[in-house]
Amino acid sequence: MPEQADDAIIRVRDITVQFGKTRVLDGLNLDVRRGEILGFVGPSGAGKSVLTRTIIGLVPKVSGRIEVFGVDLDAASSGQRRAVERRWGILFQQGALFSSLTVRQNIQFPVREYLRVSQRLLDEIMVAKLVMVGLKPEVADRYPSELSGGMIKRVALARALALDPELVFLDEPTSGLDPIGAGDFDELVRTLQRTLGLTVFMVTHDLDSLYTACDRIAVLGNGKIIAAGSIADMRASQHPWLQQYFNGKRARAVVAEP
Amino acid sequence: MLSNGNAAEGQKVSGDPTLERIAQGEGLALCAAGNWTARFAPALERIVSDAEKLRGTRPHIFIDVSQVSSLDTFGAWLIERLRRSLSDAATEAMIAGLSANYSSLVDEVRRVGTAPKVDSEPLSITVMLEQIGRTVVGIGGTIVSLVDMLGAVIAATGKVLIHPRSFRLTSTVHHLEQVCWRAVPIVVLITFLIGCIISQQGIFHFRQFGADIFVVDMLGVLVLREIGVLLVAIMVAGRSGSAYTAELGSMKMREEIDALRTMGFDPIEVLILPRMLALVLALPILAFLGAMAALYGGGLVAWLYGGVDPEAFLLRLRDAISIDHFIVGLVKAPVMAAVIGIVACVEGFAVQGSAESLGQHTTASVVKGIFFVIVMDGVFAIFFASIGM
Repeated sequence: MPEQADDAIIRVRDITVQFGKTRVLDGLNLDVRRGEILGFVGPSGAGKSVLTRTIIGLVPKVSGRIEVFGVDLDAASSGQRRAVERRWGILFQQGALFSSLTVRQNIQFPVREYLRVSQRLLDEIMVAKLVMVGLKPEVADRYPSELSGGMIKRVALARALALDPELVFLDEPTSGLDPIGAGDFDELVRTLQRTLGLTVFMVTHDLDSLYTACDRIAVLGNGKIIAAGSIADMRASQHPWLQQYFNGKRARAVVAEP
Repeated sequence: MLSNGNAAEGQKVSGDPTLERIAQGEGLALCAAGNWTARFAPALERIVSDAEKLRGTRPHIFIDVSQVSSLDTFGAWLIERLRRSLSDAATEAMIAGLSANYSSLVDEVRRVGTAPKVDSEPLSITVMLEQIGRTVVGIGGTIVSLVDMLGAVIAATGKVLIHPRSFRLTSTVHHLEQVCWRAVPIVVLITFLIGCIISQQGIFHFRQFGADIFVVDMLGVLVLREIGVLLVAIMVAGRSGSAYTAELGSMKMREEIDALRTMGFDPIEVLILPRMLALVLALPILAFLGAMAALYGGGLVAWLYGGVDPEAFLLRLRDAISIDHFIVGLVKAPVMAAVIGIVACVEGFAVQGSAESLGQHTTASVVKGIFFVIVMDGVFAIFFASIGM
């Protein structure tokens, strides 16, 4: 069911990914529209992270076609690819901060590489990003090993946003955060999306995030997208996994909240 | 980078950011237009730095952003920075024409304070002296931690001897395969080549005195007593010592060692003892194989290059060396293995959270391992000389 959308910022067509004999993604189609927050869910081990990593080019695919910002990533020259990479930011599940650099250097790293700006502006932008993700500027000179799990997530988001990308991939951004922190994080993603016109591709398991932050939800199962649409569509679906996920005990608790 | 010059960038040139100054009676309006985004950050910074010089020249300054076509954190911050620089006791700068879309972004950067300063100490005599002092203290610390680890390993060995069931045979066999079996080809190859070289050089120089045959004496004594075990120990320090440090170090980084400890296991017993035992068993075996390979290589060269046929070589070798030479060589091997293993494990456990630290400790493991191997060899030389072996 390749849904057509003219304003698709990511267009994935018939993607197949195989590890040895296991077929993880099997002819998968997905569109991510400009300016939306797409929540991407599915059972553990269904290949959510694999799809994310395939789109950003870390996992090789057997067949299929991926377009990001209208650029076919297989046909792109290395210059075009770099131009695309400059326009997206990625938050890895474990943060993937450079362990031998301080928070300050981690956030400044992409800016320093891509833009010729003064150290003063680098420092100011670094503080701005830290404030945006809800951290105090005092953490700037700490090393990643001296940060808590939630702080690592936030610093990693700050680094992903360092160049003010148009598209952000978030791999389980709220896992490991306390509920208040996770709520703030959802709010933050929403704010950034509104102010910067950001498109967000969010792999998540957090029902709260799905309800509060996401415009649209795509569900992965058996290597394909089994459903895509709003929360209401998901709740109305007859698919057994969706029934369990969106109408289960935890989901009812989320909906029951005022 | 920015000079890729594809179509998208070509279009955006028209959107270059500008800041026009328009006098309005007493006051001044600064009209921002174009793209105030990260892509144009270097240009934006210049524009804003220029405009900051207007500070204190007018009683009222407006920054009009209604013509800005796109704005991101870079642009929003630079506008906010301009507003702050232009405001003082007498002047009040204001931002006007902010669309609803961007106002929350500007509110966001309004909360930004100043960056904390990086405190970098200037290089001076005191700093250098301090570093020398720290290094010396560090050497003392290294010796203490080596002795500490030796004690812990001996204690764990004692515990395993009392409760043989807690011994990890599978793990030991696995490590034995890694450090012994898989090391055989490279060890044999290198010692074979070294044997060839010693023999060739010996023959080349001894021939001047017509003493070709004495090359067998030199080769036998040198290989069995010193070179065989020393060379193999250095190779093992580089190959297996570094692997131990890297393995234990990355386990330490990912809190696997803490996890083990909280489950009631002793990391020394679970991780270090099998590795140490494997190394202590492996090094004599490798040293023996290495010595044989070196003798074989030396004999081959003596035959092909020096014209000493194999029969004469073996006869001469039998006269030249005794079992003592062989024992002296092999006795050293397990001790050197223990030194390499202890150094590698101490360094592995000393790894801190960063990748850089892992690299430093792996380097230190190899350097210290080789250093202690050579020191031990010297100690053994003195010992065997004084007992007449």
